[in-house]
Amino acid sequence: MIDKLEKIVKFFENMDNQEKIEYLISYADSFKEVPETIASKPYALDKKVEYCESGVYVWSIINEVGNPRFYFYVENPHGVSAKALCSILEEGLENADLQSVITIDTDIVFRIFGNNLSMGKNLGLIGIIQMIQRQVKRLIQDS
Amino acid sequence: MKSNNGKEYFSKEVLVTTDWVLQNLDKKEIRIVESNEDPLLYSTGHIPGAVQIDWTNDLNNPLVRDYIGKEDFEKLMSKNGISNDTTVVFYGDKSNWWACYAFWVFKLFGHTNAKIINGGRLKWEKEGKPLTREVILYQETDYKSETRNDTDIRAYRDDVVFHIKNGMPLIDVRSPEEYTGKRLHMPDYPNEGALRGGHIPGALNVPWAKAVNDLDGTFKSADELERLYLVENHLNSEDDLIVYCRIGERSSHTWFLLKYLLGFKNVKNYDGSWTEWGNSVGLPIQK
Repeated sequence: MIDKLEKIVKFFENMDNQEKIEYLISYADSFKEVPETIASKPYALDKKVEYCESGVYVWSIINEVGNPRFYFYVENPHGVSAKALCSILEEGLENADLQSVITIDTDIVFRIFGNNLSMGKNLGLIGIIQMIQRQVKRLIQDS
Repeated sequence: MKSNNGKEYFSKEVLVTTDWVLQNLDKKEIRIVESNEDPLLYSTGHIPGAVQIDWTNDLNNPLVRDYIGKEDFEKLMSKNGISNDTTVVFYGDKSNWWACYAFWVFKLFGHTNAKIINGGRLKWEKEGKPLTREVILYQETDYKSETRNDTDIRAYRDDVVFHIKNGMPLIDVRSPEEYTGKRLHMPDYPNEGALRGGHIPGALNVPWAKAVNDLDGTFKSADELERLYLVENHLNSEDDLIVYCRIGERSSHTWFLLKYLLGFKNVKNYDGSWTEWGNSVGLPIQK
């Protein structure tokens, strides 16, 4: 597991439910949409996470110094959980090794959000991580 | 409440406007309840004074696929400062899917004094009406609930089987793709465990979204709803009707409008819906 991401996940694991809500909202509040320098609307559908209720788009790129960066767009303004997870991933995967991104355990969704998610929401959030992993695999193949 | 073109809905008192809510925010006899698809949404800001009731954590029995019982409902009401005579006003995201679901569950327990905010959270936000993160802890009440009554507005699998055998109408409110079996889930949503695609034999397909104005999530006018259900789909308010979707939330929305906005006398929500029917051994489907 990537150290920075694992640190955030562990942070969430040790919280009570109310603290968890507050921190998740704080992450959702800090959500930054993909800048126009990376993508502009209408976004390509192949960037859209399949089956995510909130309409999440993901871009994985290698920056000028060779590190991966991840950008997100959340279509549903009410998609708070999706925004929170995207912010966590953006922060936790900053400068991560590409190979280690592929091995992220999608169980982090449970570890962050707990068991309060419906099956559908859980699968949608897992889909965000899987989309990142698919894109990173392509980046590795192309490099 | 009048619909957009002036014609009144059947039970006009059960649907309230965002303006009415704003004018009645301070009334002690009213409790505003938010129910959302995303349970975090409430904490990002809600109508002042509103409490949150979450379908997964508050209304469902954690051990049986069923709703909570009388005692847990009483505790839930008490915790949220709701008395037997409190007017409960529901709203939420997704054009009030979950608000209608919670409303329906409240009706199972005989809490008759309940309303829906037309347009729900989307309309409230679009109008720039106030939202707050302040959570008010209300004084507990001594709520006395009826034993849950599932006979009048809830359908079980066996009721649906009986319905089919007797050629009575069913409405599948899911998307056309789900209805035809092209998809096992609605577009952009994950597959929540359905093994087969299709619909219950004989069911009409009237997607829930046809009853809603996209821009603000409000219900369409009484005339438009009548045209959709009575004219285009040849239903009658005297029909013995069952509605279903995937897990019962979208069909709660249709159940609400049929019963309260169009005055259908006998409409039930089959909350087992496709996740039960589509997976059950021995039950027929159509594609």
